[in-house]
Amino acid sequence: MSVFLAKRLATFLATLAVASLLVFAVLELLPGNVAQVMLGDTATPEAVATLEKKLGLDRPAAARYADWVGGLLQGRTADSFSYGTPTAELIAERLRVTLPLALLAMALTTVLALALGLYAAARHNRLGDVGVMALSQVGIAIPSFWFAILLILLFAVKLQWVSAGGFPGWSADDGGGLVEGLTALALPALALALVQAAMLARVTRSAVVDVMREDFVRTARAKGLTQRQALWRHVLRNAMIPVLTVMGLQFANLITGTIVIENVFVLPGIGRLVFQAIANRDLVVVRDVVMGLVAVVVVVNLVVDLLYALVDPRLKASDV
Amino acid sequence: MSEAAGFWRRAARHPSFLAGALLAALLVAAALLSLVWTPYPPAEIDIPNKLAAPSAAHWLGTDSLGRDIASQLLAGARSAIVVGVVAVAIGLVLGVGLGCLAAARRGWVEELVMRAADFTFAFPALLSAIMLGAIYGPGLATGIVAIGIFYIPVFARLARGAASAVWAREYVLAARAAGFGPARITWDHVLPNIAAVLIVQATISFATAILAEAALSYLGLGTQPPQPSWGRMLNEAQTQLFQAPLLAVYPGVAIALSVLGLNLLGDGLRDLLDPRLARRR
Repeated sequence: MSVFLAKRLATFLATLAVASLLVFAVLELLPGNVAQVMLGDTATPEAVATLEKKLGLDRPAAARYADWVGGLLQGRTADSFSYGTPTAELIAERLRVTLPLALLAMALTTVLALALGLYAAARHNRLGDVGVMALSQVGIAIPSFWFAILLILLFAVKLQWVSAGGFPGWSADDGGGLVEGLTALALPALALALVQAAMLARVTRSAVVDVMREDFVRTARAKGLTQRQALWRHVLRNAMIPVLTVMGLQFANLITGTIVIENVFVLPGIGRLVFQAIANRDLVVVRDVVMGLVAVVVVVNLVVDLLYALVDPRLKASDV
Repeated sequence: MSEAAGFWRRAARHPSFLAGALLAALLVAAALLSLVWTPYPPAEIDIPNKLAAPSAAHWLGTDSLGRDIASQLLAGARSAIVVGVVAVAIGLVLGVGLGCLAAARRGWVEELVMRAADFTFAFPALLSAIMLGAIYGPGLATGIVAIGIFYIPVFARLARGAASAVWAREYVLAARAAGFGPARITWDHVLPNIAAVLIVQATISFATAILAEAALSYLGLGTQPPQPSWGRMLNEAQTQLFQAPLLAVYPGVAIALSVLGLNLLGDGLRDLLDPRLARRR
């Protein structure tokens, strides 16, 4: 187990290191003169020179990279070009919207997918199964941002139950509150979750159907367990491996989905931040946000791998 | 009966394959038709006729600039297909090349290719598009490259897994004993034997590419005006939700039907090309 852990941690650290090199190379070296890109073609040479100095572009790339990564490790980041505040502060502020949204969407996805997947598996090849699978096939084909627009159309335009977008904030001082905040995130989370759940429900259903055919399940039934008992005691745990794999992969989709959905609902999260940064050519913000998101994806993959080991003891034994 | 005739006989009785093939054919037909004919030039602005309801003159009505929706939908199919074909081709050629190399050479080459593939998964297409868009500006090429890069590890992993299985077969051993090199064996034996899995994956990837292109264009990172795109049509429609809600419905239906068609086609092909999988379902 400890060798498995050590191997996995080494891969994790190496992936983060290479990712940081790549992000730095793409956003700081590839454009040539970063200051010129940020200020645009119409900028005067003096303005470009001033920004070059401010960004430290006169120093060697290796020193700038070391500074950037060293700063990130200590929680110290450069100032945003357009906001004038450290990017860490901007990201932390926007995470107050993005993180609850992603968690809410993931929770909804898991509940919906497991419920539908188990329901379909229990009625394998019967009407309920066929219906759920047909619905999920349609769900996978629907772009989440279009589904979001349809939700706005129904709940904001036709029924006028909620506003078409925006976020009131979490505290009463901002004019919002916990209930108001959660209400504003409900439709975005639903839009994200439904499409993801469609995919996960299919995986859950086929994983459960596969495990139900195994000999040990037949043995469990033969010794008198009902189908429901066998499902809860033996099938679910074994079916979780493919489900966890897909959930890990889906988390990357969820992160990018959040960026898109925030733009549909005009939510002041990371997604809005990065798009405003692109519009302002604020490469400092783009660099740090992209690095942060990549780090989240890599961390989630690590967590999923560690969960495998918990769910499947064979991994611990075989990988040492 | 020949193998091809057998395939078509089974295909004709496979409902998911037939429905998928029909929808995919409609997508291709719309794109081809738009090359030679659309009811109006898709980018033609006609302010006096803006937000017109569906009528004989404008089958699906017009948008906020008076552009004909039906014409834009037809031309949008072209953008979807261009992005899908080029992005999948990038992933297929580079990914299969790397996957076959890994399977043929094994050892450190295989380890390097597979670790690189794992690493690329940390960069979803949208993040690559954000980085490329921030430097080079948004555009069709940015979207295609970002989506294509994401597919390289997908095809590399798949090709390496399937090719490794072929390398373990007796006929490859015989070819090696006869003195054929890895390149010749890959070309003559490995590729024809893994083609089925690659075709299925390419079809499903095509569907995902259409979804990704729509999202990028919706965000302004993909296809740029005046080139019509379903994603951008949805972006523009969102500003008119209260006045013209139907504008937000048509492009979404077009995307969903195309993706549904390609996914069904992929599922159907998987059943037809790999009967072992079909039996397990």
